[in-house]
Amino acid sequence: MDFKNEVWVFIEQRDGKAAEVSFELLCKGRKLADAIEGRLKSIVIGNDVEKIANETFRFGADEALLVDHPLLKNFRTLPYSRILNHLVKTQVPRIVLFGATVIGRDLAPRVASYTKSGLTADCTDLQISDIKYLGQEFTKLLLQIRPAFGGNIIATIITPDVPTQMATVREGVMELSPLEKSNVIKITRVEYKPDPADELVQIIEQYRENNKVNLKGAPIIVAGGYGLSTKENFKLVENLAHTIGGEVAGSRAAVDAGFISPDRQVGQTGVTVRPKLYIAVGISGAIQHRAGMQDSSKIIAINTDPEAPIFDIAHYGIVGDATEIIPAFIEAYKHKLK
Amino acid sequence: MFSSIVMVKQVPDTANISGKVMKDDGTVNRTKLPAIFNHEDRVALELALQVKEKYGGKVTAITMGPPRASDVLRECLYMGADETYLISDRKFAGADTLATSYVLSEAIKKIGSFDFIFAGRQAIDGDTAQVGPQTAEKLGIPQITYTEEILEVNRNTIKIKRKIDGGYEIVESTLPVLITVLKDVVEPRPFSSKRVMAFKNARSVLDIEKLAEENSLLYADKIIHEYKEKNLLINTFTMDDLNLNIKRCGISGSPTKVHKVESVVLKGGNQIKINPTKEGLNNLVDQLMTDHIFG
Repeated sequence: MDFKNEVWVFIEQRDGKAAEVSFELLCKGRKLADAIEGRLKSIVIGNDVEKIANETFRFGADEALLVDHPLLKNFRTLPYSRILNHLVKTQVPRIVLFGATVIGRDLAPRVASYTKSGLTADCTDLQISDIKYLGQEFTKLLLQIRPAFGGNIIATIITPDVPTQMATVREGVMELSPLEKSNVIKITRVEYKPDPADELVQIIEQYRENNKVNLKGAPIIVAGGYGLSTKENFKLVENLAHTIGGEVAGSRAAVDAGFISPDRQVGQTGVTVRPKLYIAVGISGAIQHRAGMQDSSKIIAINTDPEAPIFDIAHYGIVGDATEIIPAFIEAYKHKLK
Repeated sequence: MFSSIVMVKQVPDTANISGKVMKDDGTVNRTKLPAIFNHEDRVALELALQVKEKYGGKVTAITMGPPRASDVLRECLYMGADETYLISDRKFAGADTLATSYVLSEAIKKIGSFDFIFAGRQAIDGDTAQVGPQTAEKLGIPQITYTEEILEVNRNTIKIKRKIDGGYEIVESTLPVLITVLKDVVEPRPFSSKRVMAFKNARSVLDIEKLAEENSLLYADKIIHEYKEKNLLINTFTMDDLNLNIKRCGISGSPTKVHKVESVVLKGGNQIKINPTKEGLNNLVDQLMTDHIFG
């Protein structure tokens, strides 16, 4: 089969501002487009969002498809999915990437369902490769790599038989690397025709916090896991973070146990971080967690279990009880730096 | 009066995977895993039951899976579901989210009209959150994902508070609508002991057929009729019961293929062991100062 060599990235915007994950995906999309010798297009939907379309050329876009209309100001599933359904069906891109945000995870499945495309959620890596599958040769397929089954395996998913391969990727997984010189701006406007079927769901009210936690930008992160057992013990993690000027984070298990809020979760289904120093306290180190922090420059692991997998990627390992080690660590820090 | 369909799933308990479950080739031996009721789907059922109790109506639970998935449907009956459907056929095996949503949407069309479809946001074996929206698309109805709270139900509309990135929004949708729910929205009720007694013998058509095969004195059709009379029948759809294109079911209807699975191999780095003593920690702080991380 002959497929069109286009990589599309859905550019997510909230209140007229592009989400960073979309730019990260453009950077990855640029590499994928080069690998399949194709073009990278950004798909920008909103109201008065030409400036967002302009921005995408700094991250490698060759062309932007712009759908601009007052009714499209805020993301709503029905109009946005109808627009993308039509665009993907008629223009048949080879790859479409979405951020694995609430918006991306709401929108991408509808588009995949309508266009009968393959869709893989929460990929931790994307590559292009020639593949032999069931005795058949496929050239330049998208490898969609993600941990699966509670993190016991890493699966490589392919979608060999359909024209369009889709994937969602969490914020922070792909690195942001703007071009030194922006690509030439080429915007193609796509007309939006309002339809009563798009208006079945109305937004009555919207509330967003401005002081969003920025784990991604933090040079030091202290993260706690389920091994801390209680919320009381988790406070030690906060104390340590406070003392050494770091941000507090947690594993999924810690979030599930209610020790810490979900916006501070590190890992495959949380945020991916690359700080100068990552201290993992009472975190066993399941693959989903490691996927979100293994590229940290220095990792300190504190755990009672010497066999915990976290020690395999740690630069410094301390086997012992965190309730004793953390106060001693704080003491040592204060002694040396004050 | 509102008619609700709840999509539930039996899932392997991925939180409790032990060594025995991993095969030598690095794949997972699903049969060795305990099978549980996906928690978010139980929350979805609870929400549907609350809507029924407040506004009247009927709750129908459906699941697609192997014959043993009727376990979760019995649990739905224990909680309060009025009717259940097992959607099961070998030809559905190996379905990805696209093929699953295709079969589910056709099953729902056959079950009949509804006001709400409830489902958990995602199942713990894949964490994809795709089947809900993909089913809504195939049925041509709106969806409200990431539901945190149902605020108001009117005759033709529902008002819902849902999570968005960094906050929440309140939306109003016309009916019918598909709603996916987050895990903390409501606490699912425990099984009613009265209902456990009443429904513990509920069986799917597949269970009954198997029973009849093993005992030549039993006639499946007759028993199915008896179970139905006693309200103990878990309705069952196989390939033949639904209007399906076989090419869109199971493995052949699934565009995503697993090319490779690797069990997780750890790098084993050049880790420096720090003693949990005052001296050890002092050395660590020194080291981090040398690395220009502290100071």
